[in-house]
Amino acid sequence: MTAAVTTTVHDGRAVGSILYLDGVSVSFDGFKALNNLSLVVERGELRAIIGPNGAGKTTMMDVITGKTRPDAGTILFREDIDLKRRDEAEIALLGIGRKFQKPTVFESHDVFTNLELALKGERALFRSLFFGLSGEQRNRIDAVLRTIRLGEHRRRLAGELSHGQKQWLEIGMLLVQDPELLLIDEPVAGMTDAETEATGELLRAIAQGHSVVVVEHDMEFVRGLGAKVTVLHEGSVLAEGSLEQVQNDQRVIEVYLGR
Amino acid sequence: MPRAFPPATWVVMPLLLAVALLVPVLNLLAPPGSAFHVPTYTVSLLGKYLCFAILALSVDLVWGYGGILSLGHGAFFALGGYAMGMHLMRRIGDRGVYANPDLPDFMVFLNWEELPWYWQGFDMFWFAALMVVLAPGTLALVFGWFAFRSRVTGVYLSIITQALTFALMLAFFRNDMGFGGNNGLTDFKDILGFNLQADGTRLTLFAITAITLALAFATCGYIVRSRTGLVLVAIRDAESRTRFCGYRVEHYKLFVWTVSAVIAGIGGALYVPQVGIINPSEFAPASSIEAVIWVALGGRGTLWGAILGAVGVNGVKSWLTGAFPDVWLYALGALFVAVTLFLPKGIAGALAGLGRARPATPPLAVGREAKA
Repeated sequence: MTAAVTTTVHDGRAVGSILYLDGVSVSFDGFKALNNLSLVVERGELRAIIGPNGAGKTTMMDVITGKTRPDAGTILFREDIDLKRRDEAEIALLGIGRKFQKPTVFESHDVFTNLELALKGERALFRSLFFGLSGEQRNRIDAVLRTIRLGEHRRRLAGELSHGQKQWLEIGMLLVQDPELLLIDEPVAGMTDAETEATGELLRAIAQGHSVVVVEHDMEFVRGLGAKVTVLHEGSVLAEGSLEQVQNDQRVIEVYLGR
Repeated sequence: MPRAFPPATWVVMPLLLAVALLVPVLNLLAPPGSAFHVPTYTVSLLGKYLCFAILALSVDLVWGYGGILSLGHGAFFALGGYAMGMHLMRRIGDRGVYANPDLPDFMVFLNWEELPWYWQGFDMFWFAALMVVLAPGTLALVFGWFAFRSRVTGVYLSIITQALTFALMLAFFRNDMGFGGNNGLTDFKDILGFNLQADGTRLTLFAITAITLALAFATCGYIVRSRTGLVLVAIRDAESRTRFCGYRVEHYKLFVWTVSAVIAGIGGALYVPQVGIINPSEFAPASSIEAVIWVALGGRGTLWGAILGAVGVNGVKSWLTGAFPDVWLYALGALFVAVTLFLPKGIAGALAGLGRARPATPPLAVGREAKA
């Protein structure tokens, strides 16, 4: 089964999709990191992306979030917003949040401040020079602190947190940023079993209100998510469907086990 | 709702204002020979240290908070100094060696017929004061615009700041640039009609410098305490994360970079009347590197550490160059190595660590919750 892009584009609108990639290619010094990649994520969907190392998972996230410019192809957000010509900050403000593979938080700020900086709202320089937080914003941060189980650590430096706590903090930063689409790169890498389970719970809760794309290696974790799975290989989509379907796909088996 | 100022402000500001008052008072009232008497020579020396402290503060603002290691901040300091020097030069009038009322001595010496266009207006103090701010500010704005927009960071940025100050040094060395070449600008007579050699003028300049330092400290303190400051530290620690949060990193960097250059320029403008000369050696890469060392020794990212470092290192330098002229550079090197090894957060970091029994609280977060 080849992943066919079923969403139709009318007058430049990819109807019903939150994210629409068509024929996206990126090459670095001749190496094709993405090769004619086409992928559609529906509004409100939770999608898992798997694939061996070098399959182009992280490059795909880079292209969507404006870190890397694609050589060719179409990238539409919310049906008709072209992401190709925008930079990271602009794309973030449009409503795409990203969690890095390695937990990336502001280490010399405390947990609360990390969330404060990520909080949806004004980003302009001159406002930030003269204004602080409103009570309502404070409550929002407190609520997220409870969700990510860091309520007692609010005044601890982010740099002092454990690996798992940093991952949660970063997810919390995405939550307060309140993007429509979350891109999450390997959220459970390096986590204990208990932490992994808690993270899965957290992601399922987030998926209730947002569209989420998760890149993950851990098959058990992906199974727990119960999401549609896309398999990437050498920069393009190899298979798409439920986890059972793709696990029984002959080519997927070859890519993961063969050679 | 602004977040106001860091707690250290309420110690540093009164201290600097006290110094502004006390040093001149001790000069005037304590009889010469008494232990409390501060000779005028020392007052000017201290004034020079405080100008360096203003420079150090500006370096700490960009480096300690924004993570931009500038190895060329001396250029902004020198530009402010040259703007002031040009004014003082014009006010010499016909009291120069050649007694030419229209041209500074060095131009007469070079057989120039008339004042170059870029010297026009410098006879007026307000114009020169404006240039003290505009010259370094504009250079920083243009330089920063290109550098930050092209995302030049880290060691590459440090290298081009170094190249910037080096290029300016070479340019200012040239006689036909019209800034006095190698000799620079000197032989100043008076400022706003007050004789620069008079004790009263020197004491007043010292007091103004101390007050300016206090105001610069408050300005930097306000910035680092505001959300802008929080974003700066975020950029320093995780630049791409900050971008993915939706912040325009280049705007924040450009803002703090330009403010910092202006502060450095003001420091330079106060420096020139007190030392009586400005020449291209102020642009020397080594001067800018020395300023970074003051900040590193004093404690990066604390603001007050920068002041401590600048005054401390220069105090030791004055003493050592007098007592053991040969060992000064070795001593500075040894000091830098020792602090890097044993006090990675500088003197300020070590002092703050001593005063804090409970687990480390970030310097920026102290007291914020109480304010909030």
